[in-house]
This record gives sequence, structure tokens and C-alpha cells, in this order.
Amino acid sequence: MEDLQTSHPVELLTFELGEHEYALDIMCVREIRGWAKATPLPHAPSFMRGVINLRGAVLPVMDLGERLGLPTRPHCDRNVIIVVSFEETMTGLLVDAVSDIIALPPDALQPPPDAANYGAQTVVKALTLIEDRMIRVLDLNNIVVLSQGEAA
Amino acid sequence: MNLEVLAVDDSRTMRDMIRLALEPAGFRVHTADDGVHGTEVLANIAPDVIITDINMPRMDGFGFIDAVRDQTGHRTTPILVLTTEAAPELKMRARAAGATGWIVKPFDPSKLVKALQMVAG
Amino acid sequence: MTTPDPMAEIRASFFVECDELLEAMQDGLQALEDGTDDAETIHVVFRAVHSIKGGAGAFGLEALVRFSHHYESVLDRVRSGELAVDIDLLKHFFRAADHLSDLVRANRDGTEIPSSAGDAILAEMDAHIGAGVPPDEVEPEIEFQPLGLALDLDLDLPALDDLPPAPQFKICFAPDAEMFETGNDVFPILRSLAALGTCDIQCDTARVPALSDIVPETSYLSWTILLTSEVDEAEVASVFEFVEGLCKLSIERLAGSDTTDNPTPPPVSDQVSEPLPEPETDSAEPEQAPQRATPAAARSVVRVDLDRIERLVNLVGELVINQAMLAQSLQGAGLSPHSDAMNGLEEFQRLTRDIQDSVMMIRAQPVKPLFQRMSRIVREASAAVNKDVRLITDGDATEVDKTVIERLADPLTHMIRNAVDHGLEPTHERVANGKDAQGRVTLSAAHRSGRVIIEVSDDGGGINRPRVLQIAMDKGLIPTDATLSDSEIDNLLFLPGFSTADTVSDLSGRGVGMDVVRTAIQSLGGRISITSTPGLGTNFSISLPLTLAVLDGMVIEVADETLVLPLNVVAETVTLSAETLDAIQPGLDVVRVRDGLVPLFDLGYLLGYRARKDSYVDGVALLITHDDGSLGALVVDEIQDQRQVVIKGLDDTLYRAPGIAAATILGDGQIALIVDPSDIIARAGEPPHAKSQKIRMES
Repeated sequence: MEDLQTSHPVELLTFELGEHEYALDIMCVREIRGWAKATPLPHAPSFMRGVINLRGAVLPVMDLGERLGLPTRPHCDRNVIIVVSFEETMTGLLVDAVSDIIALPPDALQPPPDAANYGAQTVVKALTLIEDRMIRVLDLNNIVVLSQGEAA
Repeated sequence: MNLEVLAVDDSRTMRDMIRLALEPAGFRVHTADDGVHGTEVLANIAPDVIITDINMPRMDGFGFIDAVRDQTGHRTTPILVLTTEAAPELKMRARAAGATGWIVKPFDPSKLVKALQMVAG
Repeated sequence: MTTPDPMAEIRASFFVECDELLEAMQDGLQALEDGTDDAETIHVVFRAVHSIKGGAGAFGLEALVRFSHHYESVLDRVRSGELAVDIDLLKHFFRAADHLSDLVRANRDGTEIPSSAGDAILAEMDAHIGAGVPPDEVEPEIEFQPLGLALDLDLDLPALDDLPPAPQFKICFAPDAEMFETGNDVFPILRSLAALGTCDIQCDTARVPALSDIVPETSYLSWTILLTSEVDEAEVASVFEFVEGLCKLSIERLAGSDTTDNPTPPPVSDQVSEPLPEPETDSAEPEQAPQRATPAAARSVVRVDLDRIERLVNLVGELVINQAMLAQSLQGAGLSPHSDAMNGLEEFQRLTRDIQDSVMMIRAQPVKPLFQRMSRIVREASAAVNKDVRLITDGDATEVDKTVIERLADPLTHMIRNAVDHGLEPTHERVANGKDAQGRVTLSAAHRSGRVIIEVSDDGGGINRPRVLQIAMDKGLIPTDATLSDSEIDNLLFLPGFSTADTVSDLSGRGVGMDVVRTAIQSLGGRISITSTPGLGTNFSISLPLTLAVLDGMVIEVADETLVLPLNVVAETVTLSAETLDAIQPGLDVVRVRDGLVPLFDLGYLLGYRARKDSYVDGVALLITHDDGSLGALVVDEIQDQRQVVIKGLDDTLYRAPGIAAATILGDGQIALIVDPSDIIARAGEPPHAKSQKIRMES
């Protein structure tokens, strides 16, 4: 599902963060839920919003905008949590608003320029244009897995 | 063929194996954990053939065969002894105790089925 | 219900059974060592090994068969009275038993154990009892003995057209009367013959006397059978295996081809034509006979997959939370406490608790297997340091949550080794002090007021306090001018950095200290304490919760966040006042509790939820007991409630919060973090002067 080079159309969930549009492979999205007050974790990095109750399980939630280094934005009612599953770990990603689900042929996606310069920390793994809007397809691997320095 | 079998063995694994070998072949399998339990189970069923282990707690296989043969209803019920040793004296001892035949462990399912057919066709 | 692979299931169940058998074997050997001298005990040990061998054979686990067979043969000689059991032979038996356990586990986990280890043990055992069983003699006996009726079918049968005329056998068969006494009968034998090919059966009734002369149970009949079959003579003879010697029998292979005008198809009875299925094949594809149930009235034990229990435990956890949420919303709706709804709810609450308790008990297991592992540790450790040590266990039927048992193994192993290594004096010293040369290590378990108490004690020399004090000073763990009470000195053993390879653990050189043990116990929600009497020995006492899934907690509030503290560490609550508070230096306040000064820790600040408060007057603090008995005062904003909470694990792959042990879900559905107070306080003093502050607390 991570491989975008297949011939099947790729289904993406698109959402807004600040001024920009982003997308995630729909295959790793488990559910979308409204914002609920999170219980903060002590001494956590600022993008870690804390944990919420997901039907009896404890779900860590991160503010995706902050995680990507975007300027902090005020909360509004449209804020939602996208619950993603990556390597059997469930994580909640707080985003401004969900936009759409789109299906694209794999060749509509192109790698971001200069990706090599950013090395493993590239969070955008592909780009696509829809009606002139630039959509950034995120690489979950580099988002829900913290590097050594970040985890400390 | 729908023969009824009583298998007496203190090893759960062995009981499971016997069951696994016989049920698909159409046998109805009852099990007991040792000789004493075997006689208890026997009181309520009329098996066509009995399989028994030798080394068991409370009452061993020889004791169990004696107990079975003492019952008029089971004087000629075929009894197969499960043994790990193929030694002739063990077979002779089993026969002297009233066993009909023997099966050397480990057995494979077809051998067990065949042995049962030899005594209870 | 169909299972994907019945054989794999039986295999798994075989290893479960092995554990039981190994336990029975250990018990038996232990009983023998304790001087039990009845025949049944050695029988039990023998049968356990024998059953393991039997099962191992069925699964083709050759190394296991080989070893258990050899071990069993020696046990058999004891069983038959040929050999006498003495302490030395028992030592060999124990070693063999340990190796057998290893072999079973290796086979279960698919790991390899070099056969040399087992061979050495067996060789030494044989050497001890004199003439050993030469391995070559063992071989043929334990080989898969093909039963007489094995079908050595040549599956590469030539094409039908090329078949030479099928061989014919002439069989004359006259049963003796004794044949019937063994339960054998003619009819099944004839049937089995017929299954081999085409039979022409003649019954000779010539010897049957007149009816009046018939003696019952005498055999008068004989049979002549012409069998046309592809099988060889041995195969034909195998049909008569059970009646050999109980009848007159002749089997003759006819050379002629008289039967060519009556050609016989190759034998196609189901039993014969099928390639012999090995036990691993799908020969038993469950076309399941309906009567799966057995009349096994003797025992009523059900084996359940642990996953199912986990699921049940989780569901009950949900139920408890839901019940609490319901209670909260009903109360919020303003119902009278005496209304039917509230009464019903109370009953519901009681039932929920009962269900929860019962479910938790499903996971409970006796500590016995754990204790048995420890007896092995004692044997190995005592051999390594050349001491004569006896392990005495008590209360091994005490039941504890399975997870707790699993996670106790490492700390207990360490403590037992310590007791043998350092607790017990060298033999000559014991003798010089008028003690029994054999040292004693006691391991006990008991339930006490809702917790499990496990104690490890030795009858050694007790803690050498001057030496411990010296080491602690040398290592800079305490100021050189510190004056400590005996108990405080004993508790120095738990300090990180106290025991290292060159000090306390010098004998075994492991360099793992008691601080690791304490951490392990704490992570189980337990406490460990130490008492020691010079010359008489040392006792470590571990107190554990019955289950890991539920915690008795104190619900508190700090900086508008609700948190839970484990109740077991809260000694008391104190209200802070100007009279009892003293500021020592910026950031370090103490509260006077009776005669002592207890350092104050601001939980909200330590968790990073808010800044340190200017004044703690009129605040509330919880006195936290550390495992060494020292105290710390944790300032909270409000105490809400005391209640049982269901522990939810925190996924820490993303982020591990310091000082937080787990989480729980409160009645309003919000998550509350469960604080580890000792951890929080230990981190409070982290850089720059962690150590000095810790010692100040403790002294």
C-alpha cells in the first residue's frame, strides 16, 4: 500500500493544514473523528497533543501542522482527528479539516523535487496537481516515527 | 464401519493422537485417563474394541486388562495394548494378561486402523 | 468447529502436557530428595519421562526420544529395585531432568541444543551407576518399529499390462481354543486377508462333532484360504501376528499361475492403496465425527487460549468503565439515591466487580512452576560456588496472575542466586560457626490482605553492614560522615550503582544489582523490603498486587488535569500549613511530619503542567512511601476519590512520558494518566545534583 508505483489507482484522503492541502494514502486511514479534549502527556514535544479515548483504547494524538513545522493555528469546529495505522501502531493526526477522497492513476503522482537533499526526514513523498491545487502526499513513516533527536 | 473404541492412556497427547487417527476413519472414540477411569467409562459404554497404554497411574494397563476380562461382558472384547517397546517378552506378557494384540508407539494412523480391523473387523 | 491443522494443535497440546509432566517429574524427584521412599514416587517420575518419550516419538523428535529413553531406562532400573536411589544418583536425576526440560523447550521453540550436553549428563549418570547401557544397544529399540502389519507397498507399481500373474498364497489356519481367550476372532482375520486381495475361503467342518458332543469354547473349525494378492508373504503373515502361537498356521506361496484365467485386479481396498500417511499429513482432514465430547467425567478442566482470556479481561474492563460512566450520568441527571434506578445501578456495580474478580482469577496460576525453576537455579548456583544448599519452598499453590508470574522469573532468579552466592557463608565458615554445613534458602508465597507476598530468605551470615557502609561511602553514594540506621544500611543494597561486578557480585561477576530487581518489582506494582539479622540470615519480602489489570488508585487533580496515583505507595495525606512548611533553599521545601522533615515535590510542576507555586500553604500533599521506607511529599491541587481503575497500557512507540506508568479511562470517558510517584520524584532531582538529593531524602 505504500508503493505508489503500482498500476492500480491510488486513493488518497485529502485534508487542509493552514493554507495548504495534504493527502494520505487511504489504506492507512482507519477512521476520522471529531476533536475531543486530549489528556496532555508530561514533557511531551509540543506537537504531541496527548492521548484520547478511542473506544476504550488509549490513542496518542499529534498536531500534524505543528509536526510539519507550520505556524500554529487557532482551533475551530472543523478540526478533526484522522486515525492512522502504521506498522500496527495507531496514531491520531489532528488536522484543520478533511476535504475529499480522490482516486488517481499512479503516474499522476510525482516525487517532490530535491527529495534527496532532505534525506530520510522528507515528510512529503509525492506531489500531485488537482485543478491547479498542489497536493502534498505525506509519508507516514517519517511522521509517526520520531527520529532519535525528536524522541528525546 | 462404525466401530466404537475405548482408548485408555494417561497421556493427553496420545489420547488426542488416537482420536485424530480414528475419528476420520469413522470410529467413535471414547477416552479414559488411566485404568481406574477406564473401568468407570467402560461401565457406561459397550466398545467394540479397547486400546490401552501400559504405564499409567492408579491402575496400569495389565491391571486394566485383568479388570476388563473379569467382566463377563468383556471376556472376548478385543484389547490392543499400546507399547513403546517391540520386545517379544512384552508382547507375551500382554497376551498372557489377556490382550488381543499390540500396537507399537509411535504408530501412524493407518497402522492403528489396520490393527483395529484385524481384531474387530 | 474445524481447526486448520489438528496435528499442530495436538503438537501444541503435547508441549503443554510436557510442562505438566516435567512438573510432576520435578515434584517426584523433590519428594525422593526429601526422603519419600514409596514405590509410587519413582513410578511417577518414570511415567512422566515415559510419556514425554511417547509423545516425542509421535512427532519424530528424535533427540528428545533418545534422551528420555536413556533416562527412562535408568529410572526403570530403580523402579524395578535393581538400583537404589541415593543423594548422588538423585543429583544426576535432577541434572537429567533439567536437561530434559531444556530439550522439551528447545523442541517447542524450534531451537537447537547440542546433543553433547545431554550425552555428557547421561555418560556421567551411567558412570555413576556403573555399567551403563551402551548407546548402541539402545538404538534398535527406540527406532520406529514398523509394526508387523506395516504395508511396505511398492508405490512404483509397474504398468498394469506388464504385470506378471499375481502370486497366490495357500493359507491353512486352525485356531486353538486359547486364541479366543485373548479376544481374537477368526472373522476379522479373514476380513483383513480379504482386504489384501482376492480370497477363496474354504471352511473345514469335518472335526465338528455331533451337537451333543460339542464342548463349548473348543475350536473345531479350520480354514483353507487361497489368496491372490500382490503383497509379499510377510505381509500375509502379519495378518496373523496377534494369533501367532495360538493357532496352527501355514502360509505357502504357490508357484503356479493357475489363476491367470481369472485375472485379479491389483488390490484396491482403501487401507491398502492409500500411500501410508505419516502423522504430519492431512490424513485426518476433519470430516469430524459429531461426538467430540468424551465421557471424561473424572476431570473437568478446560484449556482455553490465552488470547480469549485477554479479550474477556479487556471486555470486562470496558464493562467496568461503562458502568462507571452510566453511574455518573445517572447521578448527573439528578436521580434520587433511593430511586429504583440507583438501587439497580448499585446492584449492577456489585455484579460488575464480581465478574471482574472472577475473570481475573481465570488468569491466576499457582507459582509452583516458577518455584520449580528456582530449585534448578539453586542447584546450578550452588554447584558453581561449591556450596551445599537446600531450597525449601512453601505455599507453591498460591495463585498469582500469569503475567506477574512470568515477570517475576528474572528478579527471583537474581535474588536466589544472590542468596546462594552472597547470603550463605562458605561451608567451612558455617561449620566453624556451629551451623549446619548445608545452607538453606527458603522461598515462600502467600496471600495477605489482597496482595501476594513472596519471600526469599537464607540462613546465612546476614548483611555485613560495616562493609556495605564502606562500599557506599567509597562509591560516593553517601557522605563519608553519614550515620545510618541498620535498616537504612540494608536498603543501600537497592541503590543504583551500589552493587557492581567488583564488589557484591564478585563471586559470579554478573554486575547486576538489587536496584534492577527493585525496578522490576516496582514495574509490577510491587514493593520489596529487606530485613537481616547478623549471623542468622537475610530476608527479602516482595509484595505484589494480585493482578496487573486493575489498580487501587487515588484520583487527584493537578493543574486542571485528573491523574491517578497507585494507592499502595500513598502512606497518608497531609494538609500543608505555614507551621509545618519550611523552605530550605529555592526550589527545596520540606514539610514537618511528626518528628521528620519530608521533602516536598510539586506534582504539577514536575509534570510540566504549570510553574512552581509560590506558596504551598493550605495545599494538600500525599506522603509517598519509597521502597526503602523513606518518604516524599507530593503536592497536589485536590484529592477527588479512591477507586479501582482498569489499567490501560500506553503505546510508547511515539513518545514515552517520564514518570507516567500507564493510563486509565475515567467515568466521564476521559483518559487519566497513572503516575509513578517514585519515578517522578527520582527525576525531580535530575541534573545537576541527582545523587545528593536522593541520599538526603533517604537519610
